[in-house]
Amino acid sequence: MIDAKQVLHVARLARLELAPEDVQPMADELSSILGHIEKMSSLDLDGVEPTTHVVPVEGVLRPDVAEPPLTREVALSQAPKHTETGFLVPSPQA
Amino acid sequence: MSDALIDAIKTTATEQIAAIKAGTLDARELFEAYRSRAAADTTNAFTYVAPEAPAELPGRDTPLAGLPVAIKDLFCTEGVPSQAGSRLLEGYLPPYTATSVQKLLDAGSTSHGKTNQDEFAMGSSNENSAFGPTLNPWDPTRVPGGSSGGSAAAVAAGHAPWAMGTDTGGSIRQPAAFCGLVGLKPTYGSISRFGMIAFASSLDQAGPITRSVADAALMLSFMEGKDDRDMTSIGLREPIETPTRTDLTGLRIGVPEELSGEGIDPGVRASFEAALEEAKALGATVTQVHLPNAPHALSAYYVLAPAEASSNLSRFDGVRYGNRLEAEDGSLIGMYTRTRTENFGAEVKRRIMLGTYALSAGFYDASYGRAQRVRTKIVEDFAAAFAEVDVIATPTAPTVAYKLGEKSSDPLEMYLGDFCTVPMSLAGIPAISIPSGLSEGLPVGLQLAGPAFSENLILGVAHALEQKLGFDTAGAIR
Repeated sequence: MIDAKQVLHVARLARLELAPEDVQPMADELSSILGHIEKMSSLDLDGVEPTTHVVPVEGVLRPDVAEPPLTREVALSQAPKHTETGFLVPSPQA
Repeated sequence: MSDALIDAIKTTATEQIAAIKAGTLDARELFEAYRSRAAADTTNAFTYVAPEAPAELPGRDTPLAGLPVAIKDLFCTEGVPSQAGSRLLEGYLPPYTATSVQKLLDAGSTSHGKTNQDEFAMGSSNENSAFGPTLNPWDPTRVPGGSSGGSAAAVAAGHAPWAMGTDTGGSIRQPAAFCGLVGLKPTYGSISRFGMIAFASSLDQAGPITRSVADAALMLSFMEGKDDRDMTSIGLREPIETPTRTDLTGLRIGVPEELSGEGIDPGVRASFEAALEEAKALGATVTQVHLPNAPHALSAYYVLAPAEASSNLSRFDGVRYGNRLEAEDGSLIGMYTRTRTENFGAEVKRRIMLGTYALSAGFYDASYGRAQRVRTKIVEDFAAAFAEVDVIATPTAPTVAYKLGEKSSDPLEMYLGDFCTVPMSLAGIPAISIPSGLSEGLPVGLQLAGPAFSENLILGVAHALEQKLGFDTAGAIR
């Protein structure tokens, strides 16, 4: 149902790396789960609307009043690497 | 610890608050008792225990009178480790507190610790925590359930008077069932999700894990409410009342054959049927109802929840918080990939893979789109059932607590254990688990569900049954 090649493609999309010996077991596990999920294909869903939110709500915008945000120092405090003004990451060009 | 304190710990949170207010129980002594019990806990229920009591405890005149609450690790608590059971967030100290936690603190609660959980709430046994599994206080060779397993174990062992959990597909109700406790998942949107580290946003709900139905009502009454910081929050439509109901005359209970027949262990079924007999003795009528699409609920859930998780967990990239691991080639993409690969556990990666696959080009309509339509069918099933009955009753879980390692090798088998709780999550309706008795010496859970915003109804019914069944929720307190 999902083969090793697809597993490697999905892993790349998800920014995960799989050891070579883990690729086929992951394909097998996902196939087993997808096989169960596949059972819902037997349902006739023509004309059935999708549910995105079970309790519909409208007009949920709050009043547009500015509140004090986290200070820069606090916002940066949990970053693995940062400068005084921003998050520090490896160069995308590296 | 004095006998008087142990006796107090065996009473419910409501009773402890009343005793503090009456001046017969000292809030500071009680906090220290819970703190030291949590620090000496042998079930691995806690990921953090406060080093000491706050300098000043809330006064006896506050609603919750300084009583401590144990908080599931995934609730952000300012300056206190909030790691969601993940290596990736080890040591993370949030700069803010979740709304639901803050509301309890504002009502006079305190907290003595954070509780263990399946990583990012993905699991049903607490075996997926990066900080090791939690053990069930009723039998330490068994799991406490999950994902709020640490919260349930802490309360069952008397290491917390009550606890906050979260429920996405059963993560409050099933551990409450496995640990002989009361667990309530309220209507979706009734409690703010702001500050909860997200798993599946269209399903995640906070709720109480307690030793009595009255405790669950009390905690819920302070947690609920609309929050400007969570646009899906709506709050409840009427105030939560203290449940006092003892009679069920005229109540119509529906039992869906799809969630109470095949697949339920005989001991669990016997306890469930005995509880229904007690409900009849209190005046209720019990009839069969049908939820014809319920057998497809798990399929829909295991598309929707991983899909939403794969999106939510994309934020863990080693940039703004959490552990970062640099790539050997010094690249940015390599840093993201190594950070995620080496910090996420196997189940989290499996679900991210499943969800990413479900959302990937070419599969969306057949997977996520289809699951959302199945969800509509489930919502319609419940609406049709509630035209005939007032509440729906099922076993909470098909088994009692199983042995550590018994199901962890087969993810699909673990998922199938959620089949009684997932339909209510998909429909967004409130459901409570109360202990119905013991099977093989282990607690069995009874689930009662009602229409959206029927919390007072299901709490009342649960209270009447709780009084009639007389289960000892202090049974594992030593």
